Order: sequence, then structure tokens, then C-alpha cells
Amino acid sequence: MSEQRKILIEDFSFYYDSFQALRDINLKIGAKEIFAIFGPARSGKTTLLKSLNRLTDLIFGGRHSGAIFLDDLNIYDPKVNLTQLRRRVGMVFDLPTPLPMSIFDNVAYGPRLKGSIPKRRLSEIVEKALRSAVLWEEVKDRLHTSALRLSGGQQQRLCIARILALEPEVLLFDEPCSGLDPISTASIEETLTQLKKEYTIVLVPHNIQQASRVADRAAFFLNGEMVEEGPVFQIFTRPRDKRTEDYVTGKFG
Amino acid sequence: MISNRTRYLTQNVAKVLIWTAALLTIGVMMLILFQVLAEGLPVLHPRFFLDSPKNMGREGGILSTIVGTFALTLVAIVFAAPLGVGTAIFLREYTRETRISRIIRFGTDCLAGVPSIIFGLFGFVFFVIFLNMGWSILSGGLTLAAMILPTIISTAEEAIKTIPYTYREVSFSLGGTRWQTVTRTILPSAIPGIFTGIILSVGRSIGETAAVILTAGSSLVMPTSLFSPIRTMSVHFYILAREGISMEMAYGTGAALILLVLIVNTAANWLLNRYIRHRV
Repeated sequence: MSEQRKILIEDFSFYYDSFQALRDINLKIGAKEIFAIFGPARSGKTTLLKSLNRLTDLIFGGRHSGAIFLDDLNIYDPKVNLTQLRRRVGMVFDLPTPLPMSIFDNVAYGPRLKGSIPKRRLSEIVEKALRSAVLWEEVKDRLHTSALRLSGGQQQRLCIARILALEPEVLLFDEPCSGLDPISTASIEETLTQLKKEYTIVLVPHNIQQASRVADRAAFFLNGEMVEEGPVFQIFTRPRDKRTEDYVTGKFG
Repeated sequence: MISNRTRYLTQNVAKVLIWTAALLTIGVMMLILFQVLAEGLPVLHPRFFLDSPKNMGREGGILSTIVGTFALTLVAIVFAAPLGVGTAIFLREYTRETRISRIIRFGTDCLAGVPSIIFGLFGFVFFVIFLNMGWSILSGGLTLAAMILPTIISTAEEAIKTIPYTYREVSFSLGGTRWQTVTRTILPSAIPGIFTGIILSVGRSIGETAAVILTAGSSLVMPTSLFSPIRTMSVHFYILAREGISMEMAYGTGAALILLVLIVNTAANWLLNRYIRHRV
């Protein structure tokens, strides 16, 4: 783990009405590392991601116990400004989700929510974000065409750019390559490794191989429980828990 | 096991029935249009649109009724559209399926089934007499607004319902508030559907007669304010024909009414297509 801690999860549980999706999770995520959360379906991975920027608040009947700290901020403190929290912790979803507007407007959506920005400044923000998401060269001549016309891989990088335009600190990726072909997947993974230099990344990988390719550390989740966590190398070659071993060797899942 | 012969027979019978249905529908529509336009078009020359009615409508044109129709419809839409769209947004975005939302939805469904004359009676008792607004554009417009509200609410709700949940999630995850999400993501995507509902309502307002006679009156004088009584084209047509004043002028008004609705719908379609093309 890098020396600096970015996120601290303490005894965190989450419930959808009576269904418990997460059980007493304790986890530390370091600054500027790629942390992978993997496990079979319905193991609570997405719920944990959405808890990190409180997108879980949108779910009727959802409730939690325990605490999550971003630096020293308890994000479930009632005084927390949700808008600010979500700008610090951006999320990219499993399927590309361009809004039905132009490429430019998609990237500018977040910055514009803060209030009106001079046109020049906005253009700079958009260009910088698209460059960081490795999309600029492909779209610079058609910024004002609909984002829906981009390919799947481009759309997903657009979604990354849209988050980056807010200059967040943490990026959450929920199976960002699940709808993509191998070439687009490679381009997203390349983007991830680039982003690691500046951002803390929490990734629910598309498959175990992806976790081993890009992540620094990983945690294995099963039925809402965190079975074990550690450096990727260790977790995939010498897992401590029998269940982890069975999963990474393909005995179930 | 169905034999091939039976299958072909069924297929052909179905084909004939479906064609008959389509042709009958178009036929009846054409017949009505032809009848009204054949009798009415000869009356339509520019003076018919530019002069106000004289001698109870036996002579002159229909200008004051055109103005009345537009004024009444405008008032109805100005009140009903924001209220209806607001209610739809409340039901879809601001509340979960609760007792309150069920009551509102049940209420609007009931309202949608109430005959227009009942709205007219309500408008007469409430706006005209109780609120002392008299027979006026305002009374009539508010009554029509109440009448078209259910249509606007349910079409707007349908339009909002079809917007993917992910749009909301994206907007919130970028730090948007609920209001920002509604105004910047949901409404722009829902506008075509909402607009369709409003156009339907415009058509109903233009065509409404019973509720209008009871609340806006049937004055042929050119209106000067929202409190002036007016006569709409539909009411004019009804009175001319019903009281045997002038069948010729009645058909002229009818033809003008049909043209008006046609123009409104064409313009609306054009606007809508332009908006959709512009966005995607």
C-alpha cells in the first residue's frame, strides 16, 4: 500500500430494505493506487462503490451502518455537502452512459453545474479532460456532434473525461469494460494506468485477468463479505483463504 | 394440427378485415373533410378572416371568434402546462410510489373521464359566479385548463418514465442536485413527449364547445381584456347551425376551424422534428 491513506471504511454494512448487501466491511485504500474489488455477482461490489460517493442515497429503502472516511471527512456525516462529495469522488458506470447531448456538453455538464463559467475557461477544461481520457485526438474536430454517435469504447472514455472535468480525487470504476471489445478494453486499461499517476482508483474489474493486469491491490468479496485483501500478486498466487483460491482458480464463479 | 388451407384462409380473411378497417377509417375522415370543405371553402376569402361578424353572424367574417379561440386556448395552456408538467415531475422524480401519489394519479384518471359539460358547469358555478369573473376569457380558459390537465399530466408522466434511470444516476454522480437533474437532463429528453400532450390539449381546447358556452359566453364583440366575454369558432359554428342563422357561414367557420387545426398540427410537428434533429 502506498504510505498515504485516502479512504478508510470502518465496520460498514449496507441494507436494501431487509436484504443485507454488505457485512461489516473494513478496508483501507491508499492514495494513487488502483484498488480492485472482485468477486462473483451479487457479492456487494457495486454497492460498496456507490457507497463511496453516496449514490446509494438514491435508493429508496437503502440504509447503512458504520462509517467511511475520505481523508478525514466522514462522508456519512449529515453536514456533508453531497454535491461536493460527488465531485471529489467520481464514478464511471458499467455501460457507457453518454447523455443525449453533444460531446462538448457531456464533458461540460459537471463544471456547468457549479455555475456559469467563461466560455474560454470551459473550453480549456473540456480539452484537458478529453486529453487525460485519451480521447481528444479522436473527437477534437467534432466536439459539437452528438455523443451518442461515438463507438462504445469512445463513449466510455467520454464518461471518464466527464468525471475528470471536475478534477476529482477518487475515481470509481464499475466494470468499465463490460460492454466493450478487446481493443476498446485495452485502450481503457491504458487510460487507467495513466490516470493512476494523479488519482486514487477503485475498480470493480470486468474479470480476474483485468484485476491482475492493472491493479496494485485487491479485495475478494463474497455474499457481501470481504474475504481477504492484499497486493494483487499475493492474492492471485498465494491466497490465504480457501474461498479466494477456489474463485481465482476458477472452481466457482 | 391446423391444415395449410385453414392457415391461408385465416391469413386472407385477416388481411381483408384489417384493410377494411383502415379504409373505412380513412373513408369516414375524408367524407367529413370533403363535406365541410366543399360547403365551406367557397365562403373563405380574405375578408372572411379579417372582418368581425355582423348581424348575429349572418354577414361579415369571423375575426373576433378567431381571436377568442386563440385567447382562450392560450390561457388554458399557460395555466395547465406548467401545472401538469410540474405534477408529472413531482410524481416521477420527487416522490416514491406512496399513498399521496396514488391519490393524485387516481384523481387525474377520474378527471380525464369526466364529460366536458360537467367541467363547464363547474366553471360556471366556481369561476363565473363564485369568483365573480363573469363570462370571460379567464373563466373559460381556467375551465379548459382543468379539463386538459389530466391529459398533460399523464402524457408528461409517460414521457418522463421512458427516460433511462442511468441519466439520473450520471447527473447525480456529477454533483447535480435533483432540480439540476430535472432541468438539465430529464426535461430536455422528455420535451418531445410533453409537447405531444400539449398539442393534443390544444386541439381539444380549440374544439371544445359545451364547456366554453357556459364559461366564456358567446359574445361577438372583439375582446379587449382577459375579462371580456368571447365566442370561439366552435361555439360560433354551433350557434350558427343550431339556431339556423346561416348554414353558409357555419360551414365557412367549420372549414376555417379545420384549417386552423391542420396548421397548428403541422407547425407543431415541424417544430418538434427540428428539436429532435437538433439534439441527436
